[in-house]
Amino acid sequence: MGKVGKIARRTFLFGAVAVAGGVAFGVYKVRTPYENPLKDGLAEGDATFNPWVVITEKQITLITPHGDKGQGVAHAQAALIAEELDVEFGQFQIDFGKPDKAYWNRALAGDGAPFMATDESFTAEATRSFMGGMIKLLGMQITGGSTAMPDSFDKLREAGAVARETLKLVASKMSGVPVAQLKTAKGAVVLPDGIELAYRALAKEAAQVEPVTEVKLREPSEWRMIGKPMQRLDMVAKSTGTLDYGIDVDVEGMVHAAVMCNPRQGGALNGYDASAAEGMRGVQKVVEVNGGVAVVADNTWRAIQAVQAIDFDWGEAPYPAEQDGHWQAIEASLNDDQLDKEWRNEGDVTAALAGGKAIEAAYRVPYVAHAPLEPLNATVLVEDDKVTVWTGHQIPRMLQDQVARVTGHSSEQIDLVNHFMGGSFGHRLEFKHVELAAEIANQMRGTPVKLTYSREEDFAHDFPRHIGMARGSGAVKDGKVTAMDLQVAMPSVVGSQMGRAGMNVPGPDMQIAAGAWNNPYGLENFRMRAYRVPELAPVSSWRSVGASAGGFFFDSLLDELIHEAGADPLEERIRLMQHDVSRKVLETVGEMSNWGSPLGPNKGRGVAFVESFGVPTAEVIEVTNTAEGITIDKVWVAADVGTVIDPVNFENLVQGGVIFALGHAMNSEITYSDGMAQQANYWDAEGMRLKQCPEIMVRGLENGDQVRGIGEPPVPPAAPALANAIFAATGQRIRELPLYHHIDFA
Amino acid sequence: MQLIVDGKSHEVDVEDDMPLLWVLRDELGIKGVKYGCGVAACGACTVHIDGVAVRSCQTPVSDVDGAVTTIEGLGQPQALHAVQEAWVEHQVAQCGYCQSGQIMQAASLLSEIKMPSDAEIDEAMSGNLCRCGTYPRIRAAVKTAAAKMQEV
Repeated sequence: MGKVGKIARRTFLFGAVAVAGGVAFGVYKVRTPYENPLKDGLAEGDATFNPWVVITEKQITLITPHGDKGQGVAHAQAALIAEELDVEFGQFQIDFGKPDKAYWNRALAGDGAPFMATDESFTAEATRSFMGGMIKLLGMQITGGSTAMPDSFDKLREAGAVARETLKLVASKMSGVPVAQLKTAKGAVVLPDGIELAYRALAKEAAQVEPVTEVKLREPSEWRMIGKPMQRLDMVAKSTGTLDYGIDVDVEGMVHAAVMCNPRQGGALNGYDASAAEGMRGVQKVVEVNGGVAVVADNTWRAIQAVQAIDFDWGEAPYPAEQDGHWQAIEASLNDDQLDKEWRNEGDVTAALAGGKAIEAAYRVPYVAHAPLEPLNATVLVEDDKVTVWTGHQIPRMLQDQVARVTGHSSEQIDLVNHFMGGSFGHRLEFKHVELAAEIANQMRGTPVKLTYSREEDFAHDFPRHIGMARGSGAVKDGKVTAMDLQVAMPSVVGSQMGRAGMNVPGPDMQIAAGAWNNPYGLENFRMRAYRVPELAPVSSWRSVGASAGGFFFDSLLDELIHEAGADPLEERIRLMQHDVSRKVLETVGEMSNWGSPLGPNKGRGVAFVESFGVPTAEVIEVTNTAEGITIDKVWVAADVGTVIDPVNFENLVQGGVIFALGHAMNSEITYSDGMAQQANYWDAEGMRLKQCPEIMVRGLENGDQVRGIGEPPVPPAAPALANAIFAATGQRIRELPLYHHIDFA
Repeated sequence: MQLIVDGKSHEVDVEDDMPLLWVLRDELGIKGVKYGCGVAACGACTVHIDGVAVRSCQTPVSDVDGAVTTIEGLGQPQALHAVQEAWVEHQVAQCGYCQSGQIMQAASLLSEIKMPSDAEIDEAMSGNLCRCGTYPRIRAAVKTAAAKMQEV
């Protein structure tokens, strides 16, 4: 991190933090802080210090605007504020807040810029800063890309500190005691004689003063919460069935809707006969929507039954009807005309390969559904001058725009009541279900409509992870890997996803190359080229996005080359590694797994390393080849996130990421036939079940100099580590996911 | 027809084939019971009938022949059941959406087998899908809950 960043970490000057290098672009405007949205609707005597803290006589409220889809970010955001504000859990409530520009994501530019996370050059930093400025101007409020903690870490601690110091200033004025002699603890300012002035009692006075603008953040040695095991604030509610997700919303006068859209996604609705549905019990209305038909009833089940009773005539799919056609389109895109970008070209790959290729292989990854357990849903009430949306979503301000487009209101008239989400994995970055709910509600103005997808509708319209393939070759010499040439072809997930939101993103799509180009190895000769496949079936970001595919391609090829060279898989990766923090990750996972120790018969061990979202992550997997098939016995993970906010949640997220990745690598895909997804429910794309779950040992390292998120990085190394372990145990090299097409799992 | 749910008696007027899940959620407003798949493939809708775990999405309401207990009747935030206590202690949940069903499945297992073996836990809990991957914590929490229930 550059000099300005280091200064900004120590001293916070309100509104001027994230502009390192911002001289290149609209400095004044970028530096202008957005108006605090919490000022609207405050009662007299209620104090707000910034967009994250409100204190009234009755209540302390912390705003946690990043969406919580299970990663625990509501808790983590509150903890960052509470750390500096000196309030304890139980002393405050949280609120997701309203969509607002003030909640723009500072960290989004970090990983969106086409530079390796390990690149700290002036050009890389300047580009990140420029992109940060653009994102601020657009007011991009988004939860995704494992950015919630990088975005929040300084910002929310600063928000807590500003509120604390302002409250001390008020207490000083009231008591006559100089600020320097005041302390704070447990929601109160403490005077030298031990008298406590509760923050809530200071709210009325605090509302009259301007918040302080300069604060000093605490040293890590002073932290009470950060880095310590925490009890997540949502845990009791989630263990008692008392937490309301979007699907549990209950509004006075609400009706229930179910929908069926053309399962040939994007295809037309040619016609339908709803006469059978119309006579069914509880059915109130049949409503045509874009690409399908909805039934409104007095009960979710009745609505689903009725919509399934409609006789539909669907149009053709705007993509190949059969899966083979998708693969052909991908293979055909590996040509010079469709080169999206050559991301790396070091040494002389052509010359190195001319001496003889050790390996030449092709790899494939399938479409995969997100399928979080809470089916997509949204409740919408359309009134003439206002629209209210109840759902859980990751991009609140874009949701406002999409709903406004449907109903004809202005974006400012769209109110979102955001909710805890029953999983997402990228699914709740999409808008289609909310648009459909708005379409139905717009035809029933004044009546709140809850749209719930059936699981089958959810699978049919999942917008799965992109498919892709890679061609790789390489050379080895004297027991070392000397050259690697990797070509990756896939449709642009960014193009597909942003296209649905009406946005055109110019330039190469970094997600085609992610996980493959941004490795910090120092191969003598390395070339990585990305090819853009014209859009096929619609696709969307799936936990770890491009790296979920690219990591499998790159690391599988590297493993094959290491084997050809006759080197040790871990030692050769360590030898090639050029980045100190990443090398430490590899060494750590080796030590944790006792790499190199003898294994019993039919057992094998595989290692993989992928850097994604700035987090170098290494995994070792141990498998046994049994008579019933492969068992995954143990997994070790080492990942460097700079600072571990909560070691308990960290472990849970890493274990979960590994299980998510392994389950899909084993048995999950979406394939198309007759233009429709062939998988309709969980029995077709099962993921991992508890009895298949390995022991998973986790270590979070803190050698990196920036705080990173851990939601996605555990995913990419898991599939290649598993395939590499299966090779070690069986001698069978599998180059295609899901693996169960080639080998059985017990 | 009459249903006893979480100790309370309810009169419901619905189709015989309406799954218990939707009677609980949409007719009685008991939202702790979750819809995940509708085909008994995920277990999110698990409730007890006379103490035994069933998938309420595949139980026609007319087949209900005993008292129904949901996650909300098992325990409450201020009065947790031993299984719920263990779940909080181990910080099991991520998104939490499957956990109502996981907890009901675990409570049913422990009422049948006081100290289940690892294999028995694996077998009993493998019908409940967790997309977030909290399985290691579920295993640990079931064992802790078993120990807690031995103490009382």
